[in-house]
Amino acid sequence: MKKTGFNNIHKKLGAKLVDFAGFEMPVQYEGIIAEHKAVRESVGVFDVSHMGEVEVSGNDAFEFVQKITTNDVSKLEIGDVQYSAMCLKNGGIVDDLLVYRCHDYFMLVINAANIEKDFKWMQENKFGDVELKNVSDDFSLLAVQGKNSLATLQKLTDVDLSGIDYYKFRFGQIAGQPALISHTGYTGEKVCFEIYSSSDPEKSEALWNAIFEAGKEFNIKPVGLGARDTLRLEYAFRLYGNDMDESNNTIEAGLGWITKTDKGDFNGKDAILNAKENPVKKLVGFIVDDRMVARHGQEIYSSDGKKIGIVTSGSFSPILNKNIGLAYIDRGFNKTGSEINISVRDKKLKATIVKTPFLN
Amino acid sequence: MNFPVALKYTKEHEWIKAEANICTIGITDFAQSELGDIIYLDITSETGSEVKQGDVLGSIEAVKTVSEVYSPVSGKITAVNTGINDNPSIVNTDPYEGGWIIKIEISDKNELNSLMDSETYKSQIGA
Repeated sequence: MKKTGFNNIHKKLGAKLVDFAGFEMPVQYEGIIAEHKAVRESVGVFDVSHMGEVEVSGNDAFEFVQKITTNDVSKLEIGDVQYSAMCLKNGGIVDDLLVYRCHDYFMLVINAANIEKDFKWMQENKFGDVELKNVSDDFSLLAVQGKNSLATLQKLTDVDLSGIDYYKFRFGQIAGQPALISHTGYTGEKVCFEIYSSSDPEKSEALWNAIFEAGKEFNIKPVGLGARDTLRLEYAFRLYGNDMDESNNTIEAGLGWITKTDKGDFNGKDAILNAKENPVKKLVGFIVDDRMVARHGQEIYSSDGKKIGIVTSGSFSPILNKNIGLAYIDRGFNKTGSEINISVRDKKLKATIVKTPFLN
Repeated sequence: MNFPVALKYTKEHEWIKAEANICTIGITDFAQSELGDIIYLDITSETGSEVKQGDVLGSIEAVKTVSEVYSPVSGKITAVNTGINDNPSIVNTDPYEGGWIIKIEISDKNELNSLMDSETYKSQIGA
């Protein structure tokens, strides 16, 4: 199993470690609910170094990224970040990603489980003067999230963090180390940073320790993948492999807002245009009217017993104190307010389709 | 982790405290730790009903996962700790006392011999 630069720290903290996409990662330290609340109420730190990074350079780098992603890269200035997706010709989602526009290259941040697949796919789709470098092993990545993340990190850097708007980034020093500091996150918190720095374990540990020292007064906590999942679900952020994969397109996954069909040609455009005209299913949010949790893969039925969908994500929401989830529901059955029945073992749980995000 | 010597254990990670004919049953410290934050106890068997050793008594919902609870013995259910659902985290913080789940009046005390002592259970889970 691969280890991140923070592996020794996770072990010292007594984290419960699991194999996640080939990496030994912390699923929880103290407990999912306590970690979740730490992020919502103050500040939490996630090791997300398993995420992949690919650098795209060359004279045709812009055209290449514009062609393989669904969002409009022409909107990006240097220092901007953009949420996007890569699709097959048939519209199926290869991965979702962040696109960073740096001075003379792009950095694409992709899901850990897809690094090899994505990189191979990018190479197959390469054209012109484009160089692709898989630099995933070069970076440690810490997500520092929650309202006190700015005050915590500001102690460690001369970069004016309040001057970095949402979905913008800067290069700078943090705790004496060169880093890319990005105002982004996967928790729904408005004040949120992701820090790309050296993957060297000694440097990684030094950075972690500096952040925890700086955040002490805010009762800063380490947060595992368990709470990362419950946090993102409260904001209905999609999780690749659960809520979307190569069998659905961005329209079905509710990612029409990052699919710019007017930007010119891109991979999957025709299929996506067709999906817009002739929708078959849609990813929607639901709240369960029961204390039992609906979970990934459970089937969904209409009130008259017809199978109409499948749960893609489901969890307890520590903030709403309700059980929430996402599901693909067939066309004609996915209106907000509709009642659905989720098949859980020998029971049918009643649930209602709601508008997302679950939190605002 | 703590595995009191006075209790008996199953390979499905239940503990059993036998006093006269009444067995109090819960899940072990190891089980609560593996499940993580517990949010709901769904005991489908009712007080007064008869259960057999190995029957499913219900399920425990944690944030990340769900797990079934099996009856370690045969007999009649005399009590269910429904209070757990007002404060489900008690199963995490106090699995052997406040977090007890069900009481069964055992019909055949010989079944207790099929259960593990704390040393055997500890070696099974590698503690």
